[in-house]
Amino acid sequence: MYLLRRMEITSDMLYKAKAIRGFCHLYDGQEAVVVGMEAALEKTDSVITSYRDHATHVMRGGSVLEVFAELMGRVDGASKGKGGSMHLYRRQANFFGGQGIVGAQTPLGAGLALAHQYNQDGGVAVTLYGDGAANQGQLFEAFNMAALWDLPCIFVCENNHYGMGTAEWRAAKSPSYFTRGDYMPGMQCDGMDVLAVRQAFAFAKKHALEKGPMILEVDTYRYHGHSMSDPGSTYRSRDEISSIRQKRDPLEHARKLLLDGGLAEVSDIKAIERDVKKQIDEGLGQAKASPHPPMEDLWANIWKAPLGAEMRGIDSSHKQRLPQ
Amino acid sequence: MAATVGSSIAVQRAQPAVGCSAGRAAIAPAAPLRRPAAAVRAAQRSLVVSAAQKREMMMWEALREGLDEEMERDPTVCLMGEDVGHYGGSYKVSNGLYKKYGEMRLLDTPICENGFMGMGVGAAMTGLRPIVEGMNMGFLLLAFNQISNNCGMLHYTSGGQFKVPMVIRGPGGVGRQLGAEHSQRLESYFQSIPGVQLVACSTVANAKALLKSAIRSDNPIIFFEHVLLYNVKGEVHPGDYCQCLERAEVVREGTDVSIFCYSRMRYVVMQAVAELEKQGYNPEVVDLISLKPFDMETISKSIKKTRKAIIVEECMKTGGIGASLSAVIHESLFNELDHEVLRLSSQDVPTSYAYELEAATIVQPEKVVQAVHKVCGARGLVSA
Repeated sequence: MYLLRRMEITSDMLYKAKAIRGFCHLYDGQEAVVVGMEAALEKTDSVITSYRDHATHVMRGGSVLEVFAELMGRVDGASKGKGGSMHLYRRQANFFGGQGIVGAQTPLGAGLALAHQYNQDGGVAVTLYGDGAANQGQLFEAFNMAALWDLPCIFVCENNHYGMGTAEWRAAKSPSYFTRGDYMPGMQCDGMDVLAVRQAFAFAKKHALEKGPMILEVDTYRYHGHSMSDPGSTYRSRDEISSIRQKRDPLEHARKLLLDGGLAEVSDIKAIERDVKKQIDEGLGQAKASPHPPMEDLWANIWKAPLGAEMRGIDSSHKQRLPQ
Repeated sequence: MAATVGSSIAVQRAQPAVGCSAGRAAIAPAAPLRRPAAAVRAAQRSLVVSAAQKREMMMWEALREGLDEEMERDPTVCLMGEDVGHYGGSYKVSNGLYKKYGEMRLLDTPICENGFMGMGVGAAMTGLRPIVEGMNMGFLLLAFNQISNNCGMLHYTSGGQFKVPMVIRGPGGVGRQLGAEHSQRLESYFQSIPGVQLVACSTVANAKALLKSAIRSDNPIIFFEHVLLYNVKGEVHPGDYCQCLERAEVVREGTDVSIFCYSRMRYVVMQAVAELEKQGYNPEVVDLISLKPFDMETISKSIKKTRKAIIVEECMKTGGIGASLSAVIHESLFNELDHEVLRLSSQDVPTSYAYELEAATIVQPEKVVQAVHKVCGARGLVSA
């Protein structure tokens, strides 16, 4: 969790230094969710999430270099610099992104679960979405299909209580997102407690495999605004934010558990923190040294089978021949 | 599968067509189908053949056969859509297949195009090869986000990690008084999406052969059928013939003018050609087949020969396939043209229910004849 926290704080600084452009949605405050989740899953399970995907990528086995480089649009990024913050993917770990449009990942998640059932491989698909996406029609389409066919899908509502600038009670008639599956069971858990999250996911995975899909609503909080373009303070009070930091911060909670439970010394924690800082610095250094994608990459990966097609340039006279 | 020995119609290869890169030389271009069907059959009966001869059937049966063959060949191929399973497909393309392959592979979806299109994309990302059927292409407007962002662009935005080997198929076009919302031409809207291929079938033979290729392709293919062509009769290619998705078909070789068309407009054009032949014209007719990317090799070869081009499309005048093709032709073949490209398209109006108004909305054979008169001049000036 500390690695994720430092990575997101570093991204904040990079964005302000204009090394990262466009959209950047940070995850700090919500770390316990993906860490607890991965503790209950295998890499043969599938995960798909929204644009707030930096931490998810790392927890699926991605490196800090891949995240920083992608955010800075460099070749060593997870998507070779062509996706950006919202499009991190890691195929070998069954991490399916990284989607830009709110809620569009939910039918995809149903498709991942469909594939698990089709192949009978014993895996589950975890489909993460936010309280904002919880009002999307396609989510309910996905619920219906998953429940109809008993697809092994866990629909995870990461409820950080704000859909960009709109509080949940101003957007949803029913902000009890775990109940909105109607015929599909749902459970709520404290998303700031990494152990609670792990238990919840373990239960949900078992349920999804044995009985059918369910919703898991994780109660969490993001310290940053919706994105780096949003100060995050016009629709919520600074008191609220600092209150969560003091009382429910996931890292603090974990530290307290470790220290109070005698599971670690202060020096152990300091060692972890030093190690993380080193990892971050290394990853960042490598990312900064990573080259920008060459112009040929503009034309790469348009089609899986490019067929030697000829693409016309801006003024139509330039002809780019794609590989066979 | 055995080849029909000595046939002068396109010789089929018993290898899967993997795109067209390897196959461009191997697969002979479809010969102009000018011999009457009966003569073809008589010629074949006299040959020694060991396996399947060409068989006559309707287009829906041909599509069904192609689908069946590909599903048998590859267990990752599956079909999902409304009423494709138990009902057998609203145009019978999957008739009875669920009994053979089960309900997982012929998946009856609820009516949620956005949802099941996204589901198909997700399944494709894991390595399955789903075919998503839109009961009418027009309904896929609801799935536009999934088609554009997730289907078309995922290969690029993931830096090449994920492929989306889907086929999105269904009938589009103007039918018989189906009303505006059920008479749409979605190829106009989809053509700008980067990362997809657009293919339009038109005959029984190419319907089956193109569908087989589309299913085998690793690219996402949007496969346009036409509401009025499902009962067209014709012959399928024998054996495992797969047609190149990127190659246009020369329907009729000629010298006076190149007429480019696709889907049902091929028949409208050929109706006009019957009249034009009597008047002494010798038009060349090219069925585009590949709406994206255009087969510029065949298109430019034709234009360089005839120096005149007419596009006949069912898309609207504004922003259709013809508009794009016209721009490409003017930009790249300007000096090969003796006349600006004439484009016959549907009127920019919603398709009326009333019969005469509907007929006036789309291109009729008379308009094609008039267009040829316009570019070629009156008879007497054109050499046969």
